[in-house]
Amino acid sequence: MNTYNQARLKADRCVRGVFVLAACILTLIIVALLFFMSQQGLLTFKDVSVGEFFFSSVWNPDNNQFGALSFIIGSLAVTVLAIAIGGPLGVVGALFMAKLAPAWMRAILKPAVNLYMAIPSVVYGFVGLTVVVPWVRETFGVTGGFGIFTAASILAIMILPTVISIASDALGTVPAMLEEGSVALGATYWQTMWHIVLPTALPGIVTGIVLGMARAIGETMAVQMVIGNTPQLATSLFMPTSTLPSEIVVEMGNTPFGSTWGNSLFLMALVLLLLSLLMIVLVRYISSRKAVRV
Amino acid sequence: MEQVITAQNLCLFYGKHQALKNINITMPRNKIMAFVGPSGCGKSTFLRTLNRMNDLIEGVKITGQVNIAGQDIYAPRTDVVELRKKVGMVFQRPNPFQMSIYDNIAYGPRIHGETKKSVLDQLVEESLRGAALWDEVKDRLHSSALGMSGGQQQRLCIARLLAVKPDILLMDEPCSALDPISTMRVEELLGELKDKYTIIIVTHNMQQAARSSDYTAFFLLGEMVECRETNTMFTNPQDKRTEDYITGRFG
Repeated sequence: MNTYNQARLKADRCVRGVFVLAACILTLIIVALLFFMSQQGLLTFKDVSVGEFFFSSVWNPDNNQFGALSFIIGSLAVTVLAIAIGGPLGVVGALFMAKLAPAWMRAILKPAVNLYMAIPSVVYGFVGLTVVVPWVRETFGVTGGFGIFTAASILAIMILPTVISIASDALGTVPAMLEEGSVALGATYWQTMWHIVLPTALPGIVTGIVLGMARAIGETMAVQMVIGNTPQLATSLFMPTSTLPSEIVVEMGNTPFGSTWGNSLFLMALVLLLLSLLMIVLVRYISSRKAVRV
Repeated sequence: MEQVITAQNLCLFYGKHQALKNINITMPRNKIMAFVGPSGCGKSTFLRTLNRMNDLIEGVKITGQVNIAGQDIYAPRTDVVELRKKVGMVFQRPNPFQMSIYDNIAYGPRIHGETKKSVLDQLVEESLRGAALWDEVKDRLHSSALGMSGGQQQRLCIARLLAVKPDILLMDEPCSALDPISTMRVEELLGELKDKYTIIIVTHNMQQAARSSDYTAFFLLGEMVECRETNTMFTNPQDKRTEDYITGRFG
């Protein structure tokens, strides 16, 4: 074998090594993250029972009561509601952008959607605080206007650019010949979209929704500004409550590290991490089952 | 002989570019007509005007008339859905949907409102038999259509078309992505189908046109140069340009 080819093969092995190394580092970071959060968080259970943390909604650290149920429910409710509003809206928007909009409009919309992704969450929070909160107060005749509904509607808007840009890319890759095949059988444009284009792009659309969901469940700043930050179990969509990340950010500053209180905040972060992983796995599972049936 | 399709002074423009120039042609019922000509001569474009697939493309303008079964299909109140049911199309590359074989066939009837399972079952069987595919797939109707070979996929697309009960089948180079054996299968199928359907096939393959069609039309640079019975066309072409093309002097 000549030396030039040997050198090339050696370079090939080196490059492969770089890829493997990168993958290892990424995995290591995730594992370390989980390990660190668990190590610190699980210390909570020295002083607080598992039952109390997960199933009590009484959060009164001064009194050694650490029931995080209201935050867990708050986080889940806000995320699910945000997806329920923002998901369909985003998919329809993506459909418009990828399939209906004329070329010149697409050329404007695409960068506009990306721009929207760059808006800092604190700005959304301000808009929520000054526009949405009073609007909710007046429209629904409630006191305050803080709560799950307000937070979820802000989040629904925040996740739109993610859902739209990923879903519209997915819709754009559906081969034109499938659309033509459907139209040539006498299907209307809408039937073609609904029965052929959307199912074909489903994996990409689900990815968009999953990423939107990940953003919604972890969003701290915008939610913290409109949720009301009150550790009480929400029995309506319009009463002040709290979520895992918003509660952590509110209390982190004045909590001594290593105390039960501090540890319980770490545990909340761990729960948040696991919840978002769980939701992602769940959505993937449901959509993969659906894909097989099609 | 009854003429089922008549085009008169048909012109088509993509923006400023004129892709079809004054096409005048008539096509008889229950015959196979082949469109031949070099790439870019307008034969596929013309085929697509017959079921208005060009509607999907932005910036297309059409003048002149196309009559199918006595109706001007470019008249303002034409029901395009009904037209495409009657005038079905098979494409260059097989384009089965990401569904089971059964659902691919049932798709057409379903979008036209058929929901009864017994009717659908029967249509699926009839159509698959019609496309000479039933024996190969009857045991795996509910597995994905994407697992079939290219030739089977193309016959599935033909079967899918038969299920909506068209009168006219437009085929846009249906064999160009197939191997010789699959091509032969499709050609045999064409012979069987012409008893019931009027078929128009666009092809690059001179032998295919000579073998399987009754009439041949030769297109060049957006014009329809010559159209006559296939036998006469290949043995005794009238136009010098046709002769040059079919004897392989260009194209």
